[in-house]
Amino acid sequence: MSVLLRWARPGLIVALLAFGAVFPLVYTNPLTTTYAIDTLIFVGWVVAWNMFSGYSGYISLGHAVFFGSGAYTVGLLALHHNLKGGVTFALLPLGGLVGAAIAVPFGLVALRVRRHTFVVITIAVFFIFQLLAYNLAFTGGNGGVSTPFATWNPATYNNPYYYAAFLVAVGTILLSWLVRGSRFGLQLLAIRDDEDRARGLGVRAMRVKLTAFVLSAFVTGFVGGLWVLFIGQALPNSVFNPNYDLTVALMGFLGGFGTLWGPVLGGLIVEPVQQQITLHYTNGYTGLIVFGILFLLVILFLPRGLLPTGKEWLTRLQARWERRGQAAPGGGMAVPGTAVAAGGGDSTGSVAAAGTAERSGTPRAGGAR
Amino acid sequence: MGRQLYEAIIDGILGGGVYALMAVGLTLIFGVLDIINIAQGILVVLAAYLSYVLSVHLHIDLFVGLLVTVPAMFLIGVTIQLLFMRPLRGRERVSMSLLASYAVAIILEGVLYTVFGPNTVQLNAWYVTKGVKILGGAEPYYLPYIYVFGFGLAIVLVAVIYYMLYRTKFGRSIRATMQDQTAARLIGIDVNRVAALTFGVGVAVTAAGGMVFGSLNAFNANSGYDLISRLLAIIVLGGLGSIGGALGAAVFMITVESVVDIWSPQYAVVVFYAALVLVLTIKPTGLFGKREARAQ
Repeated sequence: MSVLLRWARPGLIVALLAFGAVFPLVYTNPLTTTYAIDTLIFVGWVVAWNMFSGYSGYISLGHAVFFGSGAYTVGLLALHHNLKGGVTFALLPLGGLVGAAIAVPFGLVALRVRRHTFVVITIAVFFIFQLLAYNLAFTGGNGGVSTPFATWNPATYNNPYYYAAFLVAVGTILLSWLVRGSRFGLQLLAIRDDEDRARGLGVRAMRVKLTAFVLSAFVTGFVGGLWVLFIGQALPNSVFNPNYDLTVALMGFLGGFGTLWGPVLGGLIVEPVQQQITLHYTNGYTGLIVFGILFLLVILFLPRGLLPTGKEWLTRLQARWERRGQAAPGGGMAVPGTAVAAGGGDSTGSVAAAGTAERSGTPRAGGAR
Repeated sequence: MGRQLYEAIIDGILGGGVYALMAVGLTLIFGVLDIINIAQGILVVLAAYLSYVLSVHLHIDLFVGLLVTVPAMFLIGVTIQLLFMRPLRGRERVSMSLLASYAVAIILEGVLYTVFGPNTVQLNAWYVTKGVKILGGAEPYYLPYIYVFGFGLAIVLVAVIYYMLYRTKFGRSIRATMQDQTAARLIGIDVNRVAALTFGVGVAVTAAGGMVFGSLNAFNANSGYDLISRLLAIIVLGGLGSIGGALGAAVFMITVESVVDIWSPQYAVVVFYAALVLVLTIKPTGLFGKREARAQ
């Protein structure tokens, strides 16, 4: 059983990577690959969002600011220099840089306040940017920005975008994993658990939060740029879209807020579902209702997310298994192990997990992953 | 120029009174329950549509209609609290309740679009079209009566809320809960009941707010976003949970917006948020906010 569990994660990751790599070759229908690209873009976004919001506990409902800024940057550059095809991918880091550059003053103001106020400020800043996109001269107002279309073979037109989105998603997950395991990541998690205490222990809270915010904004801007290249158009209300912020939060919470794989799972579930809803209810209004109801159900019945809840179930099942197997002699060893495992499943907090990690023998702190 | 300025200031102060009313409900809910009710904006629109239905289909005067819409919005508020806010538990409760209220807002937006369609409507009555002459001269300036009536209504309702908070037993239990929930529970206050009723009261004021808002502006289901973003800016500026702060900030901000509107209508709203960012840079707790006493 434990051998199985040890190899389950790497095995699953390799299988997912392999599946992702051959996906567009197997499913050649443009509609399917379009969905896949959209989903991967959102996976990248939600993992980047989680890298800040999930790890630090400061929920941002303004990440569309970075998404939109990245999209406009890349869109405008491609438009004015008439770039199309593969060259345009080189513009993506610029989209990320613009997102990061906006995040610095944004974070300096917004991260000084309490968590609830932070949410409100992110919403306010978001609306400033949406209004600016409508009203500034160079953004093209209501008409937005259209990028020149690449002259690629229509049959495989989606493939370059697919692989770009795939690489971005994988890279972001890798980054999120690195952050989570690092000292910096532990500082973030400590801030989430108790900011005052973390500060008392010597964590430079403002610096850590701001770094995570800027990092997250960079990836989000990057992803926004990719989105505009693929869609070919950025409108004020399509890239600065309040519902995107909510969708991303839903993905994070559905999968498991603050975990590594939870947001990935959430993104892989929510985006296709949402595409289906849009396809099904073409008037858009019913789609809103369905989306809202789904969101409420997740918050009410799965508040900690699929992964932590599932993991807890698994641990409980495993504990029962072991207890049955070792009911006779030598049962004493199993007791502390299961107690720790159950405790680890219950609290995602780093402080609690750091305490239990020693005893359970797992080298890495961090509760449910 | 001078005339325009007078007009803008009068418009701003009177219009600000209405925003003050809606913002007081929002900040009251936050103070007691720690919930930022994102649905407040769309609830104002819902209330405006209720007034619309009553006046257009049943020919009930807008102010008389409040006798129906205020209790209706109160019940809706209590229902939302009972069904969606109370079950939330655990460490991320505050964030979850914010997202839950956002989800409620989206559902309501979808429902309102489905029922009333995307076209904007505006409430109408004699006091919306007729005005009182304030400035004479070559181009006399008529201020619609609804501004005056709406402002009066806002003052009356805010006074009622103040009276309720500071002169009644229920108000005392609200204030006790705002200060310290655990202690309030210990001295025998039914905190759950206080929470539900406060949410109800906070939402009930949207009935009046929506009626006046709907008379001053053409609205549709999309107006909720505009409203909530302004309301959020107002309550953060006034200091979350501070009722006096919300009143002051509402009148101040709407007046500033109205004045900037003379030069640049497009940027009037941006100025609104820019002021918020500026104030928070200098004073992170807002203009009238108390120091951060409550643990996060």
